[in-house]
Amino acid sequence: MMSYFKEIAVGFWSLIGGMAVTIRYFVKPIVTVQYPREKIQMSPRYRGYPQLIMDPETQTHKCIACEMCVRICPSQLITVEGTKFPGEKQKRATKYVHEHQYCSLCGLCVEVCPPAALEFSPVYNLAGFSREDCVLDHLVLLQARQKAAGLPVTPVPTEEEISAAIAVEAAAKEAREKEAKAKAEAKKAAEAKAAPAKEDKE
Amino acid sequence: MELVAQYLGSEGARMVVGLIAVIALVSVNALFLIWMERKVAAHMQLRPGPMEVGPHGAVQTVADAIKLMGKELITPAEVDKPIFWLAPIVIFLPVLLSFLVIPFSSTWIIKDMNVGILLILAFSTLSVLSILMAGWSSNNKYAVFGAIRSVAQNIAYEIPLLVTTMSIILMVGSFKLSDIVTAQSGVWFVVVQPLAFILFIICATAETNRAPFDIPEAESELVAGFHTEYTGMRFALFFLAEYTNMFIAAAVATVLFLGGWHGPILPGVVWFLIKVYAVIFLLMWFRWTFPRTRFDQLVTFAWKILIPLAFVNLLITALVLKLR
Repeated sequence: MMSYFKEIAVGFWSLIGGMAVTIRYFVKPIVTVQYPREKIQMSPRYRGYPQLIMDPETQTHKCIACEMCVRICPSQLITVEGTKFPGEKQKRATKYVHEHQYCSLCGLCVEVCPPAALEFSPVYNLAGFSREDCVLDHLVLLQARQKAAGLPVTPVPTEEEISAAIAVEAAAKEAREKEAKAKAEAKKAAEAKAAPAKEDKE
Repeated sequence: MELVAQYLGSEGARMVVGLIAVIALVSVNALFLIWMERKVAAHMQLRPGPMEVGPHGAVQTVADAIKLMGKELITPAEVDKPIFWLAPIVIFLPVLLSFLVIPFSSTWIIKDMNVGILLILAFSTLSVLSILMAGWSSNNKYAVFGAIRSVAQNIAYEIPLLVTTMSIILMVGSFKLSDIVTAQSGVWFVVVQPLAFILFIICATAETNRAPFDIPEAESELVAGFHTEYTGMRFALFFLAEYTNMFIAAAVATVLFLGGWHGPILPGVVWFLIKVYAVIFLLMWFRWTFPRTRFDQLVTFAWKILIPLAFVNLLITALVLKLR
């Protein structure tokens, strides 16, 4: 008999406790970030699409077109072309295109890059109307970032400049090879001269 | 207009005006309540609820209503056509009729009947009939199960509802709702009979198929329910009837326990509506706090706990009144 009333009292009190929790939640501020109107700050390690780092010293990219990223990408999405321009020590990328629609954001390209020229961008709201919208030309994107930061824009080399540079480099290479060949022949001639003198002796 | 007034007499004109007002109130109320339900539910879950359509989602219900009206009215093959078609109408009529006797203020009653409270209780039982009609005619065994459970639930909870109402009527001595409100001009009956108030609220949530007792509707989310075969506007009618039923139940609770339209500065109607919507908020608060009861728990609760307590309350009320 007493347990009947006790059960009612305990049950009723637990209901009141539950209602207290709900009413406390009712007056708390909402935790939703209402997306298009309010945005949250992404953490620094957020992985957006891989992009070329803008070097603070040279204020341009560091890519030397070694194509390590091209070889390591498991989905083979990166296309890099580069050439050595006259007057510079290393090759420079002239085209860096990455098909982001298939990218799995594995980060292997970022990890393997020897001059550490790649980083993850903080961009998360990519949307396009066609597949081609997701093909990213990183030199152009770098230009946009430079413009936004008020820095001088690195021009993308045109076809003529590239072929001119290639021609100059090819000519220089030919000249070097000729010189090396001439030197090697001269050395051989000098050795040949010295050798019969030795044979004569014997 | 004068011809209508002459033909119908002042009583009739009053009824016509009242009918128009009731229809307007029912539509506006349903619109408001659906929005309120979504907002209360949202804030109790720490989220904003509808925000897009209109300021803070105020026009969302209108958009939903337009969407529902555009949906195809499917009638499955082997249904019992007349009953299938009638069920949404039958669930709506008693609710509309109950508005006749509710005292919104000291002068705003459409027809102050001598058996006011009895009328409301009788009509609320008719909605059970319509649920059975809907479930049976749907030619769907899950709908029949849902309907049968709903009937058992409604009958079980009707008894403590009636008995607690009896305790109040014993105190007042009349079935007239305006008399009950007038008797509370000094002190509200919730202070005098708190147990009756708690029992009444619990029975009201069960009668309107809400909150922890919404097995008839909930099975429509899980498996099927009595309104599973209803689409588009018919479904909308069921839901309109549910929210209007909530209003009626809350209005009866206000009249019986919370002093009707009594209140200090504001006019009677405003106080009445404030109290009604406070009770409705209470019903919504229940819904978003408690999990749904299992059907046997529900029936056990009614027969083993609510009915004995209701009778004990009635007994104590009768004793106190006799000994005074």
